[in-house]
Amino acid sequence: MAGKIELEVKGLNFYYSGNIHALKKINLTVYRNTVTSLIGPSGCGKTTLLRCFNRMHDLYPGNRYQGEVLFQGDNILSGGTDLINLRSRIGMVFQKPTPFPMSIFDNIAYGLKLKGVKKRAELSEKVEKALVHAALWNEVKDKLGAGAYALSGGQQQRLVIARALAVDPEVLLFDEPTSALDPISTAKIEELTEVLKKDVTIVIVTHNMQQAARISDWTGFLMLGELIEFDRTDKIFTAPSEKLTEDYVTGRFG
Amino acid sequence: MTVLDDELQQLKEKILKMGSLVEEALKNSIQALVERDNALAQRVIDNDRVVNTLDVEIDEDSIRLIALRQPMAGNLRFITTAMKITTDMERMGDLAVNIAERAIELNEEPILKPYIDIPRMREIAQGMMRDALDAFVRKDKKLATEVIMRDDEVDDLKHDVLQELAFFMAQDPTTVSRAMKISFVAQYLERLADHATNIAEMVIYLVEGKIIRHMIHPPETA
Repeated sequence: MAGKIELEVKGLNFYYSGNIHALKKINLTVYRNTVTSLIGPSGCGKTTLLRCFNRMHDLYPGNRYQGEVLFQGDNILSGGTDLINLRSRIGMVFQKPTPFPMSIFDNIAYGLKLKGVKKRAELSEKVEKALVHAALWNEVKDKLGAGAYALSGGQQQRLVIARALAVDPEVLLFDEPTSALDPISTAKIEELTEVLKKDVTIVIVTHNMQQAARISDWTGFLMLGELIEFDRTDKIFTAPSEKLTEDYVTGRFG
Repeated sequence: MTVLDDELQQLKEKILKMGSLVEEALKNSIQALVERDNALAQRVIDNDRVVNTLDVEIDEDSIRLIALRQPMAGNLRFITTAMKITTDMERMGDLAVNIAERAIELNEEPILKPYIDIPRMREIAQGMMRDALDAFVRKDKKLATEVIMRDDEVDDLKHDVLQELAFFMAQDPTTVSRAMKISFVAQYLERLADHATNIAEMVIYLVEGKIIRHMIHPPETA
């Protein structure tokens, strides 16, 4: 089922400031319109790898990349990359919901306005589309003017997903998007990934192995900064090739 | 409909497909015996390949679902049931093949006697299988219980058939080879009914979460 390639990581090394070698020679391919999970014990580098995809590490001085991350064929680690543009094409959703302190409507409209959308009608249309897409519309359509903090944690997380979707990203990065949510909200987000992958490519970091098993097509297992195994999710969870992967998914360590 | 619901539906469809193939194999095997039709018997033998492929597919699908979807409660019982009843159905397919093989062998010799009880056994066993699968689809405990009760009829018929064949063999040693083969067929049919009973017992597990195998007293009708 290997389809079109969305992201291709080639010989990636990453050093945090102070020369801490956090990712070691990572090679991995993310296919378009699939969900790829990154799993591994704490400190294995999965979040570090996720943050390379939209160059979040650039926000802190002293961090250093080496190698290539090709996004639709272009190396985003090269000097000329427009980071604002990159981060609108590759959106990110964090562990804790991060709504802006403004109305539900304005949360979604914010990014659109930044992109130059000004007409009220067009804004309304795009806000509705994003909320429908994030499976939140029915719950908020009658209170778009209400503050985003009035929503439950699960709703806030879907609001943040809607906000990311509003600017038509090609990739969504999820950094443990459900670890602060209850099981029902978690199930909603998980079901949402199944719908969203028809339009975007998803890379998700999760501490919850079962979640990786449930929602992803591909899974990468990392340990101590190395990618130990990368394969189809059913392979990883039914018959992994590496002993270390087997030990991790059967709960022998981690 | 969640992803899991969708996948469980597909699994159910595969099981029903397998069931209808086995049912057809059973019907054809006895027809091949009664009508001395070698071509039909050969078809039963050849078609078993499809049943075997489905057996493997259903197992693989079930294992994948358990690993990836972490099914709980009713969903978990459904998948466990699926894995167990396909094992029974696969054996039923093999038994139909065995009947077809004996039919081909019997066709090489003159007919011993008209078949009366054997087609009757086939009819009951096949009905048991069909009802067991119906009960599985509808999660119908009452129907499953009835299937289990019917097993005794097949056992009694087998007993009659074997007694009659023993009489033939005692009277005329030249009938031994044929009578032995027909005894095997009766034995296969009795086993087929046992597998249908196993399926029905799994349906009760599916509905109630209770394993009733090896209980001395059959469950009360709901």
